[in-house]
Amino acid sequence: METFTYYPGCTLRTKAKDLDTYARKSAECLGINLEEPADWQCCGGAYTTAKDEIATKLSAVRILNSAKENNRPLITVCSACHNVIKQTNYDISNDEEMAAKVNNYLKLPEPYNGETTVYHYLEMLRDVVGFDNLAQKVVNPLKGKKIAAYYGCLLLRPSKALAMDDPENPTIMEDFIKAIGGTPVIYAQRNECCGGYITLEDKAQASKRSSAVVRSAKDQGADMIITACPLCLYNLKKNSDAELPVYYFTDLLAEALGLKEVQNG
Amino acid sequence: MDKNLKEQVLRSSGVNVLKCMRCGKCSGTCPSYDEMEYHPHQFVYMVERGDIETLMKSKSIYKCLTCFACVDRCPRNVEPAKVVEAVRLAAVRQQGNNHMNPNQIPEMLDDDLPQQAIVTAFRKYIK
Repeated sequence: METFTYYPGCTLRTKAKDLDTYARKSAECLGINLEEPADWQCCGGAYTTAKDEIATKLSAVRILNSAKENNRPLITVCSACHNVIKQTNYDISNDEEMAAKVNNYLKLPEPYNGETTVYHYLEMLRDVVGFDNLAQKVVNPLKGKKIAAYYGCLLLRPSKALAMDDPENPTIMEDFIKAIGGTPVIYAQRNECCGGYITLEDKAQASKRSSAVVRSAKDQGADMIITACPLCLYNLKKNSDAELPVYYFTDLLAEALGLKEVQNG
Repeated sequence: MDKNLKEQVLRSSGVNVLKCMRCGKCSGTCPSYDEMEYHPHQFVYMVERGDIETLMKSKSIYKCLTCFACVDRCPRNVEPAKVVEAVRLAAVRQQGNNHMNPNQIPEMLDDDLPQQAIVTAFRKYIK
């Protein structure tokens, strides 16, 4: 059984408990052990690209170093945590000045220089479990369901740091949908932004973006949308003028594996 | 033109604005285009010109969603979002110039709003 250091992040402990619960249950069923460190800090939600911002990057470095000390890869489920942690890891590996400043702050027993491998949960399904193996464990295939994968912005970009999939023609979520027995729907807005945190101060802008995404999925005949991001889920549900059911990908994963009652049958 | 300010933005962003060939693809793909007074390609050339205070005063700096579309799609790898970020930081780092007051947060909440939205706004708007 492979063990990962698991970083849930702030929202999976509060408004997105299902994303966390079904990620854990499904991992257990697939023979993946998720070990959550005793103390972790919020990643901050957005990566600050500025080279003269160091303190805002330290919480991500702490969790990366915690995984390193346990000699394990690090895994995240939330798109935002994944984005912040991978960008931090990329920059600390490629920017000596940043690495020096970070290590001066943290004074770790051994400096951290980007040694940890970071996986998004979907990457774990693809690269560690394998979608073929996942398909064999499915007991409730999502037969006949037309499912639109919503990548948004955080899962894929900036692609040189996230290195997860082709940023303009991704397949990882569509391959996941096929593995659990559904039919993926390709639509133009699948890797465009939902409006993100702008919902706090400009509902109209958030609504414009979210409506464009949901309409685009609907126009291509989708029955539902799946996402890995709590803020995308919120925007697509609350701020869109078009309606489609929106689920976390872990909801459908747990359903397919027989770990959760089928809710959209 | 404030030379120190220009140097600060260039250093903070790490961007070489001279690589820009003004194709406008960053602005064409920007999800906040309609809401912005100055668009991503304009940020790049206004920083090149040293006209940074104009950008710092514009609401455009709070419209960037940090979706990295302009970063990934720029054919010259200029990374305009990093310029927007550096200009925004130059503005919010000034004393008393936070874009959001934490006391406003309770009235923005609803039952479903994820914490992620609030912490992200704090990162973006407050120093």
